[in-house]
Amino acid sequence: MTTRGFFGRRREAPPRPIPPGQYLERGFPVLTAGPTQRIPLEQWQFSLVGVDGEPLGQWDWAQFCALPQTEVFTDIHCVTKWSKLDTTWKGVTIDDLLAAAGVVNTPPYLMAFSYGGYTTNLPSWDVLGGRGMVALEFDGKPIEAQHGGPARLVVPHLYFWKSAKWLQGIRFMDADRPGFWEQYGYHMYGDPWKEQRYWGD
Amino acid sequence: MTADFGTPTPWQIATVERVVVETYRARTFSLRLAEPRSFRAGQHYDVRLTAPDGYQAQRSYSIASPPPPDGSDAAGAGLADVIDLTVELIPDGEVSPYFHEVVQPGDALEVRGPIGGPFTWGSDLGGPLLLLAGGSGIVPLRSILAHRATAAPDSAALLLYSARTPADVIYRDWLDAQAQCAGKVAVRYAFTRRPPPLWDGYARRIDPPMLSDCIAALAHLDDAGRPPLCYACGPTGFVENAADALLSVGISETSIRTERFGPTS
Ligand SMILES: Cc1cc2nc3c(=O)[nH]c(=O)nc-3n(C[C@H](O)[C@H](O)[C@H](O)COP(=O)(O)OP(=O)(O)OC[C@H]3O[C@@H](n4cnc5c(N)ncnc54)[C@H](O)[C@@H]3O)c2cc1C
Repeated sequence: MTTRGFFGRRREAPPRPIPPGQYLERGFPVLTAGPTQRIPLEQWQFSLVGVDGEPLGQWDWAQFCALPQTEVFTDIHCVTKWSKLDTTWKGVTIDDLLAAAGVVNTPPYLMAFSYGGYTTNLPSWDVLGGRGMVALEFDGKPIEAQHGGPARLVVPHLYFWKSAKWLQGIRFMDADRPGFWEQYGYHMYGDPWKEQRYWGD
Repeated sequence: MTADFGTPTPWQIATVERVVVETYRARTFSLRLAEPRSFRAGQHYDVRLTAPDGYQAQRSYSIASPPPPDGSDAAGAGLADVIDLTVELIPDGEVSPYFHEVVQPGDALEVRGPIGGPFTWGSDLGGPLLLLAGGSGIVPLRSILAHRATAAPDSAALLLYSARTPADVIYRDWLDAQAQCAGKVAVRYAFTRRPPPLWDGYARRIDPPMLSDCIAALAHLDDAGRPPLCYACGPTGFVENAADALLSVGISETSIRTERFGPTS
């Protein structure tokens, strides 16, 4: 349906295509259901948990920083319609994390869980092969608390609510189960190029 | 949980029934939905505009009107066939100027909703309620306040509304009427730029002492003196500041719900 009298006011054409229904944002908006979490580094802990709740690995801040650090350069897309181009994230890829923990067989799904109780579900495939990382830096600086620091998941090919802020750990699952926003009607997978915002998309 | 919050519909057509000028930069659009839906106070709709060349823009707008009384849908909620959206003009924006400059009664718009879960209130959650609005962040809080008036009139509520100047206050008459007729509701304003002459209310941004003051006033309105359930909505900077201030005066994190409208400011 064409909307009467609407011609679009694209202030700048994106230098490359962005997903349908998105607009280019220079700032960095925030989507969070509650207050910003502030986790002191000396209390920060990160855990990898198996399907039966068994611990697979645990790191404190210093140990985590000692893991191999990788930089990715990528665009990000939020379900609230903004896309931000050319962001740089640095942290530990999930591949390196699993290698450090000696995990060989990866169960098919995972639930990322955060300080403050946030959760989000993902197929494991979507964080492996360099597709996902636990980021500690954004654009060359420690990630600010309001954007999910000290550490957040970054899975840039899915809507950004999948990139859990204030990440505390990853729990593997045998079957897919909805996380926080997913229980409220947001899509189980969330591919921005297919515009999978909500259930049924 | 699923039935309560309603799966967002596919896109549907809404017809603009009425346009109300609220302030010099806020207008309310009453939309008649082709496909009526139930919703919870606090939820929003997405609006999609399509240009002749196929280009589309989407934005989210909170529902300003209260959910209709309980009725006949599967979950026992009432179906809303008309919803009000209030749009504040961002002069250099894309979608809000379209609403202000072009949209008129009779126009058809593509919408989908309702959307949103944590930032909602229903009588199941009870009170007392501390509502913190920054600018257009008042919109979903108006739905919550209006819903409270019929669904839980015994729950106390205090709205603290931060606006630049009195001319920026949306729904002023309605808000003041709420505070006057219902003994359980208080409305306070904090003017951050230009308070009116002889103003003896708050004339600064929300801060911890202001919140302590409001929480004490709310405790007087609530017979049981329970800790409040808090909703903060507005531009990102406003919400960040309000949520931090709530934590600092001892409100527990699980009692704070937030909705951030704008970019980082
Ligand atoms: C869940 C949700 C609910 C919302 N509910 C409402 C509502 O009830 N009423 C309402 O008016 N808006 C609401 N918004 C904001 C709305 O979706 C749009 O972002 C807003 O109307 C601006 O869109 P635009 O196309 O006019 O501006 P854009 O073209 O998107 O932006 C133009 C410029 O203005 C800046 N900008 C965008 N939004 C704001 C802002 N709020 N304050 C200051 N600068 C801004 C942008 O960064 C950009 O630089 C809501 C947003 C969300 C996420």
